[in-house]
Amino acid sequence: MSEILFTIDAKEVKATEGMTVLEAAKSIGVFIPTLCHHEKLEPYGACRICMVEVETGGRTRIVASCLYPVEPNLVVRTRSQTIDKIRRVLIEEMLAHAPDSVQLDELAKEYGADRDRFEKEPSFCIHCGLCVRYCAEIKKKNALGFIDRGARREISFIPKLAAEECWNCKECFELCPTSALQAAYVLAQALSPV
Amino acid sequence: MPRINSPGELEAVRREIESQADRAKPCVLICAGSGCIASGAAEVIAAFRAEIENQGLAVDIGTKGTGCHGFCERGPVVVLYPEEICYLQVKPEDVPEIVSKTLKGKEIVERLVYADRATGEKASRESEIPFYKNQQRHVIGSNVRIDPKSIEDYMALGGYTALSKALCDMTAVEVLGEIKKSNLRGRGGGGFPTGRKWEESRNAPGDIKYVIVNADEGDPGAYMDRSVLEGNPHSVLEGLIIGGWAVGACQGFVYVRQEYPLAVENLMIAIEQATEYGFLGQNILGSGFDFKVTVHRGAGAFVCGESSALMTAIEGKAGEPRPKYIHTAIKGVWDRPSVLNNVETWANVPLIIARGADWFTQFGTEKSKGTKIFSLVGKINNTGLVEVPMGTTLRDIIFKVGGGIPGGRKFKAVQTGGPSGGCIPESMLDLEVGFDELSKVGSMMGSGGMIIMDEDTCMVDVARYFLDFLADESCGKCVPCREGIRQMLKILTNITQGKGKEGDIERLEELAEVAGYAALCALGRTAPNPFLSTLKYFREEYEAHIRDKKCPALSCKELIAYYIDPNKCRACMTCSKQCPSNAIDGGKNRIHVIEQDKCTKCGTCFEVCPSRFGAVTKISGAPVPPPIPEEARIITRESKQK
Ligand SMILES: Cc1cc2nc3c(=O)[nH]c(=O)nc-3n(C[C@H](O)[C@H](O)[C@H](O)COP(=O)(O)O)c2cc1C
Ligand code: SF4
Ligand code: SF4
Ligand code: FES
Repeated sequence: MSEILFTIDAKEVKATEGMTVLEAAKSIGVFIPTLCHHEKLEPYGACRICMVEVETGGRTRIVASCLYPVEPNLVVRTRSQTIDKIRRVLIEEMLAHAPDSVQLDELAKEYGADRDRFEKEPSFCIHCGLCVRYCAEIKKKNALGFIDRGARREISFIPKLAAEECWNCKECFELCPTSALQAAYVLAQALSPV
Repeated sequence: MPRINSPGELEAVRREIESQADRAKPCVLICAGSGCIASGAAEVIAAFRAEIENQGLAVDIGTKGTGCHGFCERGPVVVLYPEEICYLQVKPEDVPEIVSKTLKGKEIVERLVYADRATGEKASRESEIPFYKNQQRHVIGSNVRIDPKSIEDYMALGGYTALSKALCDMTAVEVLGEIKKSNLRGRGGGGFPTGRKWEESRNAPGDIKYVIVNADEGDPGAYMDRSVLEGNPHSVLEGLIIGGWAVGACQGFVYVRQEYPLAVENLMIAIEQATEYGFLGQNILGSGFDFKVTVHRGAGAFVCGESSALMTAIEGKAGEPRPKYIHTAIKGVWDRPSVLNNVETWANVPLIIARGADWFTQFGTEKSKGTKIFSLVGKINNTGLVEVPMGTTLRDIIFKVGGGIPGGRKFKAVQTGGPSGGCIPESMLDLEVGFDELSKVGSMMGSGGMIIMDEDTCMVDVARYFLDFLADESCGKCVPCREGIRQMLKILTNITQGKGKEGDIERLEELAEVAGYAALCALGRTAPNPFLSTLKYFREEYEAHIRDKKCPALSCKELIAYYIDPNKCRACMTCSKQCPSNAIDGGKNRIHVIEQDKCTKCGTCFEVCPSRFGAVTKISGAPVPPPIPEEARIITRESKQK
């Protein structure tokens, strides 16, 4: 594997080909917030909170660091006015759904997000997909998934599978950045004929 | 049908097809596109066949159901060849008269020819009708002459000679060079240079590569791709095979939406016929090139037209966009180099190869070459499909080809580029259409949808309408799109309902900015366009809604009231009889008054009040005047006094 040299927040980084900017940042202790990322899972790119500015060939772009592959001479900035604004608005958008999430609350303080910017519509889930992907990729059970699309998209346990498999596992529960998963599971159990 | 093994054999077969007696004989060409079929074309075709038989003309006159002629508004369209006499809105009852008068007697049936709605001027030939006269129909022009189910019809017009030229007289690199030189840009969305995309795939590592037709066409109201695929499927196939050769791909896919059954049917027939003739399969035309095509039917979600979502769907997974910082041209379907182009882009390829890049670049602007098909819908006289050279002004498209705005109303804006395109105001009607030109003014080419709006359209409501569409069609995976659109839609809905607040515009702008920067795919990144472009050109309408609770176009239901002007009402009782909510207090010789608390704002009274009175008006942003005193309401009619 060839070594790739570039900078993150003016710090030199040595990375190997195929790594993402997020992984490279972690390796030198630069923190980039994430909500849908998990080391054991395929990158997903849904929460967009990890967006950073990258400069290549004189062009500046805003990209998701959990997906963007490292390349030589890249200049990465993990904070800027634009980045902070993007993160603030994303947090405000998610807080409308999951006002009690501890993770979101911490991020809100860091980025000066207004908890009440947008009309509340607590559905609790922020659609990070951690539970769905963990169950599919690691446990290979597919006991829960997303249904519907657009603004109506939501997670859903398959009641029968949930009753059979999930009681003994529950490994995905602690991944949830909100408390939505627990509630959804209880609901699925209630609906289950078993 | 014989398999054709060389360019020489192709030419021989083509000559033979051309020389067949029935190709030269007069023919009735009846549009059998989805639009005309919906208005009864199948019955008209049957009527012609029966009548021609009855009158003993079957030996001399042919009939043919063809691809879409474009003038769907006035369908079923019938063209009598070779004179090219064009009859519109033909019904089965008209057929006997057409056969006896025109086919036999060479006399024109006046009532069926085109008459201009404004001037009444008539035109009996397709080429003389203003709608057609001002077009340049390179891509859809052949639709009119071809039975889409007949490969021989396509071959008679020179079909598959471009393939023969590409495979047998040119190297793959030369073909690629010709496409690059033509500056052909993608007709499906972003206007990406086609040759560059092909080259990227050609140079990408890997033995197995794919070329793909995007026939998902999810824009509401757009049907350019349907008409091409339905009306001339071989032109798309031929382009795809040539593309496969240039890129070094062994397989092609056509991703076509389930809702296009006729397009799928005609395409399947076309693939079968092309395979029998040997234009698909092993060792095509003796060149040593092998290529096959598979049809994939899409589930019809708008987002499935996005390149990464489409490719995920071809792999058999849920059609959701996936993050791509590596072009699909390098890593696409099953991570293999995959070239995706729009239907119309592919259909241009055989034309460029057959006639040369220099021919193609004669048309268009500096950076947008060739022609473009647009679908004209909305408040316009001639709705339909039109193909014009790039660089034609919006004004010419809307007024010369489209025939202007109906009902004497004033033009207000044209929305281009599909649901995430933008609205362009009257002051910019002289804009020449092209990819960069449209982007510069905050809209886009998209796939070529054009929705014309007149003065009665509220621009805030237009933005709300498109965001409503996108809220349903977003896949919902990423936050800035799913949540951004949801919040934008909420705020816009509130504004149109008179619940707008100070700060709404700024909130919308921030949501729009973040979606534009941060959304995962182009759907989310362009979703704010309907809002941003209407704000840019019609900001005062937003402000009027928010500040004065007024809808300047008098269109937003919650912000208007219907009111009967007591000075104009003649107590004819037309409105009070028809009001479905019994909200109009009137009676004989009593000036009518709308009881506001009962009115549901259905607008019936506004429509039925005789235009010589014009007493019903709409009020917005101001209180409704109180009813006049009872004694003043009695009308004493002069005639009765005498
Ligand atoms: C939400 C969305 C929907 C799209 N739908 C279509 C479509 O229906 N047809 C199409 O040709 N391109 C569509 N595109 C554009 C494609 O992603 C892609 O750019 C195009 O097919 C490439 O072909 P072209 O270069 O010939 O235009 C869509 C893009 C987005 C973001
Ligand atoms: S339930 Fe929790 S873990 Fe699952 S998608 Fe929603 S927020 Fe993520
Ligand atoms: S931008 Fe919208 S459509 Fe595209 S991935 Fe995100 S949620 Fe899905
Ligand atoms: S962590 Fe990168 S998009 Fe969620």
